Parts: sequence; structure tokens; C-alpha cells
Amino acid sequence: MSGVFNVLMVGVGGQGIVLASDVLAEAAALAGMDVKKSEIHGMSRRGGPVFSHVRFGERVYSAVIDHGQADVVLAMEPMELVRWSRWARPGAAACYLAEPILPVGLSQYPDGLEAEISRLFGRVVRVELSAIRRSVPLKVRNTALLGATSVFFDLGPEYLQQALKALSPRGSYEANQAAFDLGRELATAQLMEAADVE
Amino acid sequence: MRTRMLSGNEAVALGAWEAAVAVGCGYPGTPSTEILEALATQPEVYTEWSVNEKVALEVGVGASLAGGRALVTMKHVGVNVAADPLFTASYLGVRAGLVIITADDPEMHSSQNEQDNRNYAIAAKVPMLEPSDSEEARQFTKLAFELSEAYDTPVFLRMTTRLSHSKSLIAPLPEGGPVRGEAPIKPGFVSDPGKYVMIPGNARKRRLVVEQRMQRLTADAATHPANRIEWPTGEPDAGAKAPVGIITSGIPYTYVREVDADVPVLKLGLVHPLSPELIRGFAEKVETLYVVEELDAVIETQLKAWGIACIGKDAFPAIGEFTPAIVAAGLGRGEAPAVVESSFAVPPRWPGLCAGCPHDHVFNELRRLGMIVSGDIGCYSLGVLPPYNAMDTLLDMGASITMAQGMDIVAPAEQRGKIAAVIGDSTFAHSGITGLLNAVWNKRDGLYIVLDNGTTAMTGMQPNPMSGERMGREDSFSVDYELLARSFGIPAENIGMVDAYDTAGISNAIEVLAERHGVRLLVVLGLCLIEGQKLKRLDKLDDKKSARRELIYLNPVGGKK
Repeated sequence: MSGVFNVLMVGVGGQGIVLASDVLAEAAALAGMDVKKSEIHGMSRRGGPVFSHVRFGERVYSAVIDHGQADVVLAMEPMELVRWSRWARPGAAACYLAEPILPVGLSQYPDGLEAEISRLFGRVVRVELSAIRRSVPLKVRNTALLGATSVFFDLGPEYLQQALKALSPRGSYEANQAAFDLGRELATAQLMEAADVE
Repeated sequence: MRTRMLSGNEAVALGAWEAAVAVGCGYPGTPSTEILEALATQPEVYTEWSVNEKVALEVGVGASLAGGRALVTMKHVGVNVAADPLFTASYLGVRAGLVIITADDPEMHSSQNEQDNRNYAIAAKVPMLEPSDSEEARQFTKLAFELSEAYDTPVFLRMTTRLSHSKSLIAPLPEGGPVRGEAPIKPGFVSDPGKYVMIPGNARKRRLVVEQRMQRLTADAATHPANRIEWPTGEPDAGAKAPVGIITSGIPYTYVREVDADVPVLKLGLVHPLSPELIRGFAEKVETLYVVEELDAVIETQLKAWGIACIGKDAFPAIGEFTPAIVAAGLGRGEAPAVVESSFAVPPRWPGLCAGCPHDHVFNELRRLGMIVSGDIGCYSLGVLPPYNAMDTLLDMGASITMAQGMDIVAPAEQRGKIAAVIGDSTFAHSGITGLLNAVWNKRDGLYIVLDNGTTAMTGMQPNPMSGERMGREDSFSVDYELLARSFGIPAENIGMVDAYDTAGISNAIEVLAERHGVRLLVVLGLCLIEGQKLKRLDKLDDKKSARRELIYLNPVGGKK
């Protein structure tokens, strides 16, 4: 379906993918668009990979993103970004948290992921955990990544702000908004730097 | 501002609330669990987690007969447990509306099988509705209550994982939020033994009523509001035909529309019974008719029996979940889109017990001792995966204890002392206790281990009869394992209660109890870490911990007291 924007969010259980995707979906709804989001939770996801599909536009039928359809991928972990790359369209943008999480039973994290990410995606924003930790609690790193990824959406930040206000757990709105703004600044700076280099 | 993005499950709860449902009950099971959790936040509705699905349905039938609308929720395999009351509830009919949610799991994201519960609607002669998005889930729930009362029958609402766990916008709500309607039936039981007491003489009469009801429903299905024909580019003139038409329902409808917004579609909201009149009318107006349905060829088989030519499972898989791409391929549309190709070998990330799970040690110990482990359903099912590799069988809820009995009857002597059953606290209450009773009564030998983590963890921390709380974290009773086992006739020396963090005590208990004769019950108590965090936030953790410590008073096989 043309005119639908597809955002795939991936990570590992407990990283806040569900909340981040709820915020994005709500923001798109507030902006007057049709929205669907889909995720799988339950047994198959305990400690395993987690994903959420968010689709918005004038009219959205399917809640799921197919192979080759995601316009942007938000990843809370580098390996997960590559795992789900097949869902991205060629040239898709990616934004990921450069904080590897070793799968249970694996003694060494694979080499060469960063190079593979650069090869697979168009514009890429890489967020360091340390850059988040300096300013906001780690708990809201999901919102920081959402803020960073938001530079790729054609969606007013005011809607994202409203959605954050509506959906942040009690007492956490300020921290979430700060994280969102931080992520957005980091991504903007990084993309400008990349443009200068080119 | 109130959000209008609801999951399918939340939308069912909203629809039920708007329909003035009086009672909501069920047993937790992915993907159905969130329905009752949402309904439980509404004080006007009595909600409970029942001991199991059979119990839940019977509570629901009782509520209906006493004049209160009832919603009963379960996952697809839960309907197997509830099948006994289901088939005869169809004969009793209802007084106030009775709606049963079956949440099917195509692709088996969180289930042990992929059964298509539309087959139950046919077999039990119960109508079934199937929505396609959250707004329909809300509206069809209301429609289901009306249908139930109008036709004097329980009604199924079929959800699937993709529908239950996807969110979409519901229709704009009134200014002050949603409105709870008036229940059309007033509470009060009215005795009617011919209808409600199913001795054979009455059942034979009701059997005819059931058949007449289904005939009436079949006739009315032709114009039922949940069914609709869409001609996006206009209906063909008399005598003319559209080249292609599609019959579909549920989530596959959204994929059909994703692939082609203009193709003529007969969208079935009422998936049982089907209307041959409606379907034939549509089929006559299209050259090629496709049936797009996930899992079994339920609709296709009926069409073919009526002599209506269609393409179904020849073009679409009967296994697993659909996607828009699968639907497009089945319809012979377009080429697969370009994708990002990576040959990078990303290592798998297996699900597993949480880091620090209190029940980690039991599995290490069972593997070390080379036990044959008859497993059960819950987080601990993951004991089959690395690093534990310590589970040999898993069939259904409660089967650990009973399958261990069957194995023990025929296993050679050298294996008999090595068989152990492993079951969680909620599963033990659901259907493990009957198995324990069976073992004692039949004088079997067996070591049965309950891994009690104080909650129904896999489905998201629901209370259960062993946990001391009921729905809504209301304080309640918890079953005393020792008194239960003693009342069954298990001698004290064959009962052990051990702290999950007492690793030496667990090792010793398993080794000692494995040597004993008769039925042996070992309860390993270790509070789920996630539940512990929740209890801490509620300021209930210390009370819970001390209550559980008191349970570990009896440990005939060593370890700390």
C-alpha cells in the first residue's frame, strides 16, 4: 500500500520496545493518521528477540510489515538490527543503540556487525549508551532511541511530545521527554556531520 | 486525552463492558490474557481467574442462567479443556448472553499446537464471529451478546494472536468516554428443568432445538450485519461478472485489502454458520473465486460441498500465519519486493529462564542426575532448551504428573527410579492435582516436583490458587501443599518443601526422594523475580516472603529449615 510509512522496532525483551512503539503509534493517531501496530509477546519472546511493527498513513489495512517494506528500523541492539534487516526496503534508514547484548550460550559477540550495518542500510544513526547515560536515566534509553529515530519520520515532534505525555508511566514524563530530545539532537548532529564528510 | 489505540484484546473488554457484561472469567493463556486484565479494572464487572477453562465456562453458564451476561476467555487449547461443558451448553442455551472467546495462535507463537477452533463452532453447533481489527472486536463482542440472547445459544468470538496483540484505532468515543449499556435481561434464575437439566430424555428434545436454531441462523446469516460484500469499483451489471472475487474473514481480510484495495470481497464476520445463499450469490458474480483463510480449509470445504467452485488451499498454505506477501503470492499478484539481503550469520537468541530465576538449580540437578523429566506448561517449559537440556516430554496442561505415571507402569526397572514430573504452581492447580490423586489412588510410584514461583509467570503474573491472591491482587487463600498431600494419603516422609535457593537441600531432596516408594511430592518454593519486583512496588513483598518461608517448615530430607 503506497503512502504508508513503516517503522520496525526491534530489540531484546525488557528494553522498552512496546512502550516506544505505543508512543509512535499514538503520535501518528494524534496527527490525524490511520495507524496500526503489531507485536508478538508471550512465551516465544522471553529473553528472545522482540519486535514491533508500526504503520501509519492515510489508510492502513495490514498491521504487519512485510519483507522489504520497513522505511526505518529502530534497534535497541546491533545484532538484532541485522537479524531483522530482511524486513527493510533497500536504502532504509536505521537507528541503533551500540550496546551489544550477548545471547545466552554464546561466548563471543560476532565481529563485523558495524560494517555490515553500514553496508545494508542507507542513512544510519548510531547511538552510544554513554551519550545517553551522561544526561538521562538508562531506563528511558528506549525513548532516547525513539527521539533519534524521529528525525526520519515526517511527523511533527509536537505530536510525539503529546503522545509521550499521555503514555509515560506516572512520574516519568520529564525524563522521557529529556531522553527524546537528547536522542533527536544526537541524531541531527550525526547526520549533519555525515553530510559534511560527504 | 484518552487514547483510541486499542489492542484487539482491550477492544473486546471495552465491547463487553459497553454490553453491560456482569461476569468475566477465564484462565490465562497467550494471546487471550489481556482481555480479562482490562475488564478487571472496571468495578461494575465481577471478574475472576478461574482454576481452569472448564471451570471458567461452567461459571459463565451459571451466570448466564441466573440472568447476567457472561464473557469467558481462553486460548485455543483452553477450549479443549472446556469442551465438555461447551458441547452441552449448546443444548442448554442461555438466559443472558454468553460469549466465549477463543484466542487461536496461528504460527504457534506461544502454543503447543496450531488447532483451528472454527472446527469447534461446527462440532458444538455454536455460532462464531471473527473480527478483523480492534473496532470490529469491540462491535462484534456487543453483537455476540445480542446474537446469544436472540438465538438462545452460547456464541464464540474467535481472535487470533495477530488480532489480539495488534493495536488499531477504534471509532471516536462520546464526549464523556464510553457508555455502559443496559442489560436487557434482569438477574434471577427461572427454573426450567426441560431446558437446563440434560438427562437423556431432555437432551433428545433439546437436540432438535439446537438443529432448528442452527437452521434459523443459517437462513439469517444471509443478511447478518457482520457479513458484508464489498464492490469497491461497483457491482457488476446483471449477467456480468467481475474477473476475481475473494471470500475471507478475520486478519486475512486486512492482508487481502493490503494487496488489493479494489478487488470484490465477501467479508465474513459470522464464520459459523455460513449462508449458502449469500455465498452463492457472490460466487455467481465473479469468474474466479478465492477463499483466503488461515489454517484449516473450513470455509473452502463447505463451499465445495455445496458445489461452489473456488481456489483455497491449492494456492494458500494450511500451516502457519499469513502475511500480505503470502496472500499476494497465492493470488498470483506481482513479484516479491526487493529486500535488504544480508548473509551475515546472526547467532540465534533463544528464549530462556530469566537470569537469576529461582528454578534454575532444579533443572541443573535433574540433568546431572540423568532423570527422565516429564514436563509441563509454563516458563519452566524452557528447561528443554540449552543450557538446561532437562525436559523429555511436554503434552498439555497437567500432563507431567499423569504421563510420568504411564511411563512408570511400563518402564524397565533401571528407568523407573529415574522418572520425575516437573510442574508449576498454576498448572498444578489447573489440572495437576487430579493427576496426583490418580497416582495415590492407583498406588503408583513417582517423584512429582512442583516449581512454585508464587504466580502464573509465563502469561504475565496472574494470581492462582497456590499464590494467596485472586484477580486484581485481592488477598485470598492459598492451598497448603502439605495438607493437600496428606489428605490424599501421601505419608509425611514423602513430602518435601524446599527453598529454591537452598541448592544443597534441593539436590539432597531429589536424591533421597528418588529412592523412596509410593507417590512423593517435592515443592520447590522460589518467588518469580518479576513478581517480586511487582510485589515490592505494592509494598507486599515482605508479607509474601514470610508467608512462603512458613511453608518450608517440613523438609524430611535435609536442607535448612
